[in-house]
Amino acid sequence: MSGPNTSFDPKQVAVLGAEAIATMVAEALAAVSAAGDLAVLKEVRLAHAGDRSPLALANRDIGALPPAAKAEVGKRVGEARGAVKAALGSRQIELERARDEFVLAEEFIDVTLPAMRVPLGARHPLTTVMERICDVFIAMGYDIAEGPEAEAEWVNFDALNVPPDHPARTMQDTFYVGSPESGVVLRTQTSPIQIRAMLDRQLPIYVVAPGRVYRTDELDATHTPVFHQVEGLAVDVGLTMGDLKGTLDHFAQEMFDPGIVTRLRPSYFPFTEPSAELDVQCFVCRGASIDNSAEPCRTCGSEGWIEWGGCGMVNPRVLQAVGIDPAKYRGFAFGMGIERTLMFRNGVTDMRDMVEGDLRFSLAFGLES
Amino acid sequence: MRAPVSWLRELIDIPVDQTGRDIAARLINAGLEVETVETIGGGVNGALYVGKVLEIEELTEFKKPIRWCQVDVGATGGGVRGIICGARNFTVGDMVVVALPGTVLPGGFEIASRETYGHLSDGMICSERELALSEEQDGIMVLPAGTAGADARPLIGVGEEVLDIAVTPDRGYALSLRGISRELAISYGVPFQDPGLNVADLPAPAPDAVPAQCGSDDFEACALFTLRTIVGFDPKAASPQWMKQRLTAGGMRPVSLAVDVTNYVMLELGQPLHAFDLDKLNGPVRAGWAEPGSTLETLDHVTRKLGSDDLVILDDDGIIGLAGTMGGLDSEIDDDTINIAIEAAHFAPRVIARMARRHRLSSEASRRFERGVDRTLAPYASARAAALLIEFGGGHYVGMTAVEAPYDPGVISMRVSEPAAVAGMPIDEETVTRLLEAVGCGVLINGNQLEVQAPPWRADLTDPADLVEEVVRLVGYENLPSTLPIAAAGHGLSNSQRLKRRIGMTLAARGAVEVLTYPFVGDSELDDMQIPVADIRRSKVRLANPLSDEQPYLRASLLPGLLSTARRNIGRGSSGVSLFELGSVFQGESVGVAPRPSVLERPGADEWAALNGLLPSQPMHLGIVLAGEREAAGWWGPSDDHGWHDAVQMAQVIAEVIGSEITIEQGGDLVFHPGRCATINCAGKPIGVAGELHPRVIQAWSLPTRSSALELDLDALIASAPALRPAPAVSAHPVAKEDLAVVVADSVTVAAVTAALRAGAGDLLESIRLFDIYSGPQVPDGHCSLAFALRFRAPDRTLSAAETAAARQGAINRAGLDCGAVIRGG
Repeated sequence: MSGPNTSFDPKQVAVLGAEAIATMVAEALAAVSAAGDLAVLKEVRLAHAGDRSPLALANRDIGALPPAAKAEVGKRVGEARGAVKAALGSRQIELERARDEFVLAEEFIDVTLPAMRVPLGARHPLTTVMERICDVFIAMGYDIAEGPEAEAEWVNFDALNVPPDHPARTMQDTFYVGSPESGVVLRTQTSPIQIRAMLDRQLPIYVVAPGRVYRTDELDATHTPVFHQVEGLAVDVGLTMGDLKGTLDHFAQEMFDPGIVTRLRPSYFPFTEPSAELDVQCFVCRGASIDNSAEPCRTCGSEGWIEWGGCGMVNPRVLQAVGIDPAKYRGFAFGMGIERTLMFRNGVTDMRDMVEGDLRFSLAFGLES
Repeated sequence: MRAPVSWLRELIDIPVDQTGRDIAARLINAGLEVETVETIGGGVNGALYVGKVLEIEELTEFKKPIRWCQVDVGATGGGVRGIICGARNFTVGDMVVVALPGTVLPGGFEIASRETYGHLSDGMICSERELALSEEQDGIMVLPAGTAGADARPLIGVGEEVLDIAVTPDRGYALSLRGISRELAISYGVPFQDPGLNVADLPAPAPDAVPAQCGSDDFEACALFTLRTIVGFDPKAASPQWMKQRLTAGGMRPVSLAVDVTNYVMLELGQPLHAFDLDKLNGPVRAGWAEPGSTLETLDHVTRKLGSDDLVILDDDGIIGLAGTMGGLDSEIDDDTINIAIEAAHFAPRVIARMARRHRLSSEASRRFERGVDRTLAPYASARAAALLIEFGGGHYVGMTAVEAPYDPGVISMRVSEPAAVAGMPIDEETVTRLLEAVGCGVLINGNQLEVQAPPWRADLTDPADLVEEVVRLVGYENLPSTLPIAAAGHGLSNSQRLKRRIGMTLAARGAVEVLTYPFVGDSELDDMQIPVADIRRSKVRLANPLSDEQPYLRASLLPGLLSTARRNIGRGSSGVSLFELGSVFQGESVGVAPRPSVLERPGADEWAALNGLLPSQPMHLGIVLAGEREAAGWWGPSDDHGWHDAVQMAQVIAEVIGSEITIEQGGDLVFHPGRCATINCAGKPIGVAGELHPRVIQAWSLPTRSSALELDLDALIASAPALRPAPAVSAHPVAKEDLAVVVADSVTVAAVTAALRAGAGDLLESIRLFDIYSGPQVPDGHCSLAFALRFRAPDRTLSAAETAAARQGAINRAGLDCGAVIRGG
């Protein structure tokens, strides 16, 4: 530390003259700009701004000056040191940037290298279609109902107004569990879930029920002994066939395309009366392929309509079997095949693709369908 | 049911501009499902002429006899042409069908003038088979009449459109031209003369003639039995060409006049008929129940064993036919039959349905009876048949005998407003009445009620709902409004439905692919899996009629299906698979017969419980099979295969996804590697197993070594999921980290040591993680060193060094007590 100079010697303080200081600054700035890298700059800092640097020494000598000179010299030295410090600082930043650029350039990596080390899996498209259907109906206030796949014959047939020996039983080739007389079958349709829903739930009932069903068909391009359906059931006061039609219109629009319309054709199911087949307008050609051999439609076979499922008003006999008063309540029900839906909605051409479990099939759909 | 359009046009006046497709569209709208509209001889492109055979020269120098014919095809066909023909069933003067050069026959076969057998053949004399009219190949077609040079197409039915209709079980009446034309008449609004109510003109029987007698032993099963007798019939008489054509178009093969007539009337009116050779009968013919153990050889040459619920036709010598299903061989009409008895009867639909099902015998007759034949039609139909037989086969009419139960069609009461209320649109009384009468009902208006009597051909109309359907379908479903009901407030997905979705999404996001495998398994797969007989996964639920005898059981485990799917994928070139399935398994054995409560009222609680109690247990399982590469080799390094730990990790991931707590303990499942198998416990019970598959299982399925698997009872896991998860207290105070290593015997599991450390460390322990295992010179033989990283934190303060040290020591002490762990270097 420099204290007041007790033995004042003008020769000794000549270094505090303006010229001398300017020289020091000039030398320092030259050294700073000459520093080519951070290591040299560090030495420059030590030499020109360190404790032993000429400017530091000059600063120490200020204390020896008479009080009248101190202010002027002090200001001169302070400015000089400030200029050197600023130059060092900006050079430091410059050199750091330069170094960073070099290093980062060295660290270049081809980021188009494969980054997906473990690829995504997939859900089965039949599952995701069923979930989509459930979501459509949940949005309408429906709940999702369930039932067992090995089902009592009474639930699968009798309660659905298919008495023993009725030809409707042979419409669906049935797997019998245990023996043909056991009264237990693999459900041939999701309709038995209607019976369970009506026995287990409080009225009014609005449910959809997706599930696996079984028929004794050999696997080929259009048949499989194990497939999926979705069942819909509403039982309430004052329901009409118009309500059924409106519900199916909305459903079709959500599943295929807004603006798509449906068509009901009279048909027969023991558990509905009146009964209908449900067609949806072909969402690919919208009917433009009918009688238009120039532009055939593969999706609908140029029919303009696609058979989607069956539906109708719940047969009062079914309500009777589950103890619901048909004089007070009416119901509607519908059912469609999920495989079939996926086939024409997503262009699956071979049933076997949906049952074989080839990874490549499901992976093409990912987590949605 | 195949309906030729020209036949329909004969019965009703269909507007002339209507094509087969137009007519089909009408029927579809009325609820008859027309599957195809086929054009007979549709493959014939070009003219077919009637030709008169003028000369035949037999060429004998070839391997087979060949004829060189001169055929006059009229001026339009170019006069007389020389044609080579290999058939021999015609003579000079016969009218034949000739295709001239340029005409294309079915199969794209174009007729050309060509040199053959030493002559220039200038056309072709056609057979039915060559024109794709039938499978008949006994020679060429000889026309009964015709003019040389005329268009042969209408004469042989080429160009005729035929509707093929899939008749639903409720519409028995549509298995006839009569029923189909009735629907068309309503649709087109044209008059309908019911051919079923025509009384055929029959000659008066001789006064002393005695017709064959008939009877019915059970009027519930056979409410009407008629037998009509004709004697002196010409067995050589042929069926007229038009009848043969219609039968062929209708899908039936012409046989002989007697058989053809019964089939023709069946197609026309819907009444199955059976013709017996009267001389082969002995005594009255009646319907009755078979003696158990009796047999009958039916027309299809099958000997059938009969039971007490087989309704049969009998004479004094025994059983001569299966009622309404198929006749017996012994009483069949043959080429020498001159005396005929025609049976026309009404059999109860369920009786016939049961027989047809048990004997696997679906005939034209049984298909009609099980759907319901017009209850009163039999005498009309047999009169029609008798008239045709006499017209074309001669003979004398002897008369008819009949037995019949009283017929009460019953009355259905329906509110006039019911069709409108069900449809959701206005339908007035006049419309309701008019449409019901159009389908044949008798209607009486009684205030706001209708008293409706269904016609005898509509046994399906029993309830008001059936009448509603008739009205609404004829008003037209296309006129229904489209309205949306306001559903009750819903609950969204149930807990288990939502969690299953979460699990599926999570597994897929972690690289697994969902599959849906068939649930059929067999003993050989279960043996290959080494599942012991007493194991719950050894399927006990068996199908009575499996598709394959190799796989008669329903799965009790998801693994066989997953293993087979893994093998298929590996076989198709996949280097690694990660498959999962969420599906039901079938466990337990159902003993006894499930009850069948009445359908007239809600089943009682006991009945419902008993019914459900007889179903096999069907829990939802999750199965995963992991085989081969988990991560392929890449710029990051070598490939990495699936192993036991991936299977265990999947179990832990799933448990975390749904918030259930599981514990892992060393297991010993026989399907798995004895040393690399984990039992998954939840709520104190084992709910699954995970690990590396047993090498013999891997080998049996040809999977990569170290293939691994997991199977969980998902219902049990989901049952333990919390309904609600409480928020944690997140402490902002600093963490104190302590590492420690303990030496334990190899037999002590990491889970046990971790549990002991956790218990001993107390509430301040935030987490514990094993970060190293060491065995070697530094630790005694049969021991290993386990290094754990522990993190301590208090909710409300910074922990002091002393507190942390005490907690650490507590952990060490507890591990020492519980597991014999000794702190290493401490």
